[in-house]
Amino acid sequence: MESIEEHRHIMGYGQLAVILALLLALTGVTVAVSYIHLGFFNVPLALTIASLKAALVLLFFMHLRFEGPVIRYSFITTVLFLAIMIGFTFWDVAFR
Amino acid sequence: MTAAQSYLEQSSPPGRTGWKAWLLTHDHKRLGLMYLWAILFWFVLAVILGLLMRTELMGMGRTIMGPEAYNSMFTLHGVIMIFLFGIPAIPSIFGNFFLPIQLGADDVFFPRLNLLSWYLFMFGGGFAVFSLFSGDGFPDTGWTFYVPFSISSAGNVSLTVTAAFILGMSSMLTGLNFVTTFHRMRDKAMGPMQIPLFTWSLYATAWVQILATPVIAITFVLVVLERFLSIGLFEPDKGGDPLLYQHLFWMYSHPAVYIIILPAMGVISEIIPAFSRKSIFGYKAIVYSSLAIAIAGSLVWAHHMYSSGMSDVSVFVFSLLTFLVAVPSAVKVFSWVSTMYKGSIAMSPPFFLSLCFIYLFTVGGLTGLVLGAAGTDIHVHDTHFVVAHFHFVMLGGTGFAFFAALHYWWPKMFGVMYRNRPAYVGAVAAAVGFVFHFVPMLILGMQGMPRRYYDYLPQYETGNFLAGFGAYLLVFGLLLMLLNLVFSLRNPRTAPANPWGGTTLEWSIPSPPPVENFTDSPNIKDFPYDFSEIVSNSNK
Amino acid sequence: MTTRIDATGTRIGMWIFLYSEIILFGGLFVLYAVYFYEYPELFAKGGKELNRIIGSLNTVVLLVSSFTVASSITAIQRGKKGQAMGFLAFSIFCGLVFVVNKYFEWGAKIHHDIYPNSATLQDGEPGLNIFFGLYYVITGLHGLHVIIGMVLLTVSLILVLRGRITASRYALLENSGLYWHLVDLIWIFVFPLFYLVL
Repeated sequence: MESIEEHRHIMGYGQLAVILALLLALTGVTVAVSYIHLGFFNVPLALTIASLKAALVLLFFMHLRFEGPVIRYSFITTVLFLAIMIGFTFWDVAFR
Repeated sequence: MTAAQSYLEQSSPPGRTGWKAWLLTHDHKRLGLMYLWAILFWFVLAVILGLLMRTELMGMGRTIMGPEAYNSMFTLHGVIMIFLFGIPAIPSIFGNFFLPIQLGADDVFFPRLNLLSWYLFMFGGGFAVFSLFSGDGFPDTGWTFYVPFSISSAGNVSLTVTAAFILGMSSMLTGLNFVTTFHRMRDKAMGPMQIPLFTWSLYATAWVQILATPVIAITFVLVVLERFLSIGLFEPDKGGDPLLYQHLFWMYSHPAVYIIILPAMGVISEIIPAFSRKSIFGYKAIVYSSLAIAIAGSLVWAHHMYSSGMSDVSVFVFSLLTFLVAVPSAVKVFSWVSTMYKGSIAMSPPFFLSLCFIYLFTVGGLTGLVLGAAGTDIHVHDTHFVVAHFHFVMLGGTGFAFFAALHYWWPKMFGVMYRNRPAYVGAVAAAVGFVFHFVPMLILGMQGMPRRYYDYLPQYETGNFLAGFGAYLLVFGLLLMLLNLVFSLRNPRTAPANPWGGTTLEWSIPSPPPVENFTDSPNIKDFPYDFSEIVSNSNK
Repeated sequence: MTTRIDATGTRIGMWIFLYSEIILFGGLFVLYAVYFYEYPELFAKGGKELNRIIGSLNTVVLLVSSFTVASSITAIQRGKKGQAMGFLAFSIFCGLVFVVNKYFEWGAKIHHDIYPNSATLQDGEPGLNIFFGLYYVITGLHGLHVIIGMVLLTVSLILVLRGRITASRYALLENSGLYWHLVDLIWIFVFPLFYLVL
């Protein structure tokens, strides 16, 4: 029973707490913004904030920052595939 | 190494005996065999269903069955051939057996997950059968389960799509296992450009299995939810859009045909150089074209929907993108043909079947261009032309590659040699029968005979009769090859380690392989298709 | 042949599984995107009927639980068994709070005759029917994942207690944690799409 694990990065409690604080702050911002009418811009703004929050969770809570190339590139591939799924459907929907 | 130490005698984990040694095994090779028998059962069943349909169509009017029975038959034939044969056949049988060996590994990365995949496969298959004999009747929607019919049909659609959901999970977990094995279990001496092409094609396939399968999973979940809760997500009078079902369905099901064909191409890329005694032409081109097919194949799903009423812009865009797929596919065909050029060809059943593959797959690919171009597609949409094209690629392509793989790896899997003459006779009968069966269907389609009807107008009778005749010859050939292989199991286990002169790692170990695959550490060559040693040995 | 321990490989397997989960929800997001494009006003109207306070509260609960799950991994890496168990227990509690909140939220909506195939939705605007249809399917599927995540965290907690998850071998805890974070990730997008649409 021999472990071939490489040295792993450990996130301190302090670092994790900073990320949590950022996440809560962004949640506050997105809720606050939703009360202001910006017309069309509310949607991209809400989605940008959501993406920022998702990036924080992925990079720090899920340790994506410290992973090797296999996980990094495959994750990007997945996101691209999701973008294609949604985007290419609009070739149809947006031009009916 | 004596045969008594092979994986067929020794269990993994060690010490298991009787049925436990098989049903609780962690050995990727035993799981490969367990998939083999299950999948052959489904294949023969679906072939018989297909033959019954062609018999019905041989004469006008009702011949042996009525319209309801016919609808159920083509649904079952499609569901079994796609979900229980086409998608699992080559990855689950030969991928499980040979991917770890070709990488110099002793097993897949998650052996217990591999066992779970097999159980999911068996459970899903059992569920599909159960759905036939429970509820209000056979599912009669075709394998596409299009809304609104699949939501309103009285047939037992809910259970059938649940079965497909479970089978999808099995397929996804197999892909997950292959990708992890590919990255973490590969021999340290084997760089990316030293990996055999079959394994590369399985790797590309695995990514499609992982990323596309969940789309069909959620789509089928929605069909079941709609049947029980009538939410209305696909119903126009409740604000839904039925076309979105088709988008979601083909987002998976078009990549699924690449799940079916890519491993077949990998098989051919192994067989052609082995029997040409010559290094594969354009190794890197084949690797990259496998990846390119996997990527491009995910961008073209809506070419199944030209006549469904979607926007003209998307017809144009998807038609254009569809032509992209033809490029990497053609690269592979050119590479195979160039490999044979000036090679020292040794004819054998697997090589003969591979030649049939190249010919039939090329016809399938070219008829695919007719369908990919929106203008010509409108004319032949939903006719026998589509059915014939699909079978040229799926049966003429993957089916023949499956038989080629069976004949190529059978000595390695069981340690027995089979008789060549019945294999050749069966292969010729199958190939000739195939042409007689599907060329009339191409013509019937051009003349306007629609698919999925149990009856037709008088002018189509000659073509349908000929096609039925071809079908019988085709099935005779397929069954002859299978029986020849099965009967060979009674022969003594005397197959040499390398009967064909192959160069990849599986030919460097005994037939059948020992339980841990490699008793000594594998000897990784600089290039997997280096035939200099084989050729110099045969010249002595 | 299971004598090897390759935590990186196990993690790759888990990430691949998460990709399949992302695409599973992705299919529903395709539907959301298209229907939002078709019925922007009605989606905004539907969004106003959802309780923004409960939604925000649930977001905070999930974010905090994600933090404690990440902390439990830090604790186990440092060999602090007691801390790790405390963090895990708190995370499971957060999951419970989320599910209970969801239960009351759904209950209130169903009480107001808003549920799939209800008379209000059948006779009302088609766009609203789609909005609430998607709401029930997506939050329902998400809720199912929360429950599965809670089970995984509970299993990890028991294994930490029994000393099967330790500073040198914690792949299962790490993978359960990844799953929990995925549940959080999905919610990060579900929250603005349903509760904050304008």
